[in-house]
Amino acid sequence: MLDMIVRSNEQLNYHNYLLKVSPADNSPLPVMKPGNFVQIEVKDSPNTFLRRPISVNYFDKQKNEMWLLVQDIGEGTHHICQSKENDILNIILPLGNSFTVPINADENCRLLLIGGGVGTAPMLYLGKVLQGQGFDPTFLLGGRSSQDLLQLDDFERTGTVYYTTEDGSKGEKGFVTDHSILQDQHFDYIYTCGPKPMMMAVAKYAHEKNIVCEVSLENLMACGFGACLCCVEKTTKGNLCTCTDGPVFDIKDLLWHN
Amino acid sequence: MAQLNVKISNLELKNPVMTASGTFGYGTEYADFIDLERLGGIFVKGTTLEPREGNSYPRMAETASGMLNAVGLQNKGVGYFIDHIYPEIKDFGTPIIVNVSGSSIDDYVACAEKLIDLEKVPAIELNISCPNVKEGGMAFGTSCKSAASVVKAVRSVYPKTLIVKLSPNVTDISEIALAVESEGADSVSLVNTFLGMAIDAEKRSPKLSTITGGLSGPCIKPIALRMVWEVFHAVKIPIIGMGGICNWQDAIEFILAGATAIEIGTYNFINPTASIKILEGIENYLDRHHINSVTDLIGQLEV
Repeated sequence: MLDMIVRSNEQLNYHNYLLKVSPADNSPLPVMKPGNFVQIEVKDSPNTFLRRPISVNYFDKQKNEMWLLVQDIGEGTHHICQSKENDILNIILPLGNSFTVPINADENCRLLLIGGGVGTAPMLYLGKVLQGQGFDPTFLLGGRSSQDLLQLDDFERTGTVYYTTEDGSKGEKGFVTDHSILQDQHFDYIYTCGPKPMMMAVAKYAHEKNIVCEVSLENLMACGFGACLCCVEKTTKGNLCTCTDGPVFDIKDLLWHN
Repeated sequence: MAQLNVKISNLELKNPVMTASGTFGYGTEYADFIDLERLGGIFVKGTTLEPREGNSYPRMAETASGMLNAVGLQNKGVGYFIDHIYPEIKDFGTPIIVNVSGSSIDDYVACAEKLIDLEKVPAIELNISCPNVKEGGMAFGTSCKSAASVVKAVRSVYPKTLIVKLSPNVTDISEIALAVESEGADSVSLVNTFLGMAIDAEKRSPKLSTITGGLSGPCIKPIALRMVWEVFHAVKIPIIGMGGICNWQDAIEFILAGATAIEIGTYNFINPTASIKILEGIENYLDRHHINSVTDLIGQLEV
C-alpha cells in the first residue's frame, strides 16, 4: 500500500483519463507485470465505500512511474478522474496474476492482443513487454466509434494495429470478432480484455480454432487481495477469486463453453 | 504505557483488537500489510463440516458507507482447514479463533469436536447469524429456543472458550444473548451483518444473485453500538463488539458501550492496515486519559 503522487492527468476522450503516478516518497515501485491491477482509494465520495480496481496500463521502471487508464463511469471513478497534478492517491499494488509470456517460442510466433473499450489498457503494457522479448505483437482494438479508441500512437509504436468500430468511423465496421484478420491470418496466442460479451466471443473463436487464449476478467470485488471472496469466477477448479487466482485466466479453465 | 490485555473467559488476549471472520481470510492474505502477531486475535473464515462452494456471482454490492455480501460461507471444510491451513497459520503468534457454521446442530457439534485438539485454536465462534445460507446459519440465531439448543449441544462437547456470534436481525438481541449465556456460552460477539438488498433500477434486477445479502461497514455502526450497549446491560459474560469499526474512536465507543474486545471487519478491505492503526490509537487514547488498563474503560459510558 503506497501513497502515490499524480504526476499528470490527461483527459483522452469524453470519459477516459490517463493518470501517471509515482510513489510520493520516491521509493522504487515494486515490479509490475502485464495483467496486474491496483486498488485505488476513493476519498470524499459519500456514496461510495470501496476502492476501485484499475489495471496497469504501463509501468515505466526508468521513470519509476505507473500509468492508469481510468474510465469515468460512476461516482468512484469520477473522483479518481478528477485528480489534479500533485494530488495523492492511496494505492494497493501490485495485485493479481499476469498474462503468460510465451517461453521458448520462436520469433515467428503470432501473438494477437484484442482490447475493447477501456479493456485496451492492459494490452498496451502486455504489448510493450512482448515487444521487449523480441515478439512482434498484433493488436486488434475495438470501440463504439473512433473517439473510443485510445493511445493509438503508443499502440502503433508497439506492434501492428487493426481497428474495428461499431459505427465504422475507424477501421472495419462491427465488433472485434467480425474483423477480417481473424479469418485471413493465423495466430498462436490470443490475449484479450474488454466487456465480458466481447471476451466470450473472442474465447469462442479461440476455442473453435484451438488457439491458446487468456482473458482478463473484471468481476466485482471488495478487497482485491483474496480476503472477501466476492469476485469469484466458476472454473474447472471450482470458484476462484478473480483478484488473486486471476484476473488473467486461460479459457480452458473457464466454464464459458459448457 | 497502559495495559492492553483483556480476558474473554479463559482466553487471554494481549490486546482487544481482533479481526472479524469473513473479512480477514486466514490471516495470510494480510501478512504483507501488517505484523499479524500484534493482533489480539484472528477470527478466520467461516468453516463448515463439509466443503461449500458458496453462492453464485454476483456476491457483492457497494452501498453508501458500506457493502452487501452474499458469499455464502465458501470454504473447503474443517478437514481441509485442519490438514492444510492450520499448519500454515498456527505460528502467527496470536490466537486463531475458528468461526464455525452448519446446517444442523449435528454439523456444528461435529465441526467443533474436530477443532478441540488444535493447540493454537483456543476458542471457536459459533456462527448462528449468517444471513447468506438457506439452511442453518441465521435460522439458529433468530429464536431463543434454537440459539439455546445449538449452544447447549456444542457446549456439551467443546471444553475451550465458546463465543457465540449474534445476528442483529432480531426484535430483541438481549433475549438471544441471555439464552446463549444460560446454556454456557463464554462470550457473545455482535453483530453479524444486517439483512439487506440492492436493486439495479435500469435492469430492474437485484444486484446480488441471492437477492438479499448481509450489510456491513460504517453504515451499520450506530445500530451495532446500540445493540452492544443493550446486551451489556443484559448479560454478565464478556462481549466482543463489532459493526462498522473504521478507526480508534469507533473502537473506544464500542468499549465504552460494553465491549471487552472488538473486531475490525469490512474496513480491512479498504485499509488492510486499519487494525494496527486502531490498536495504536487505543493505546494513545488510554495514555492521554491516564487510564491504566483498557479494562477500566469497559462499559464506562457516562449517562
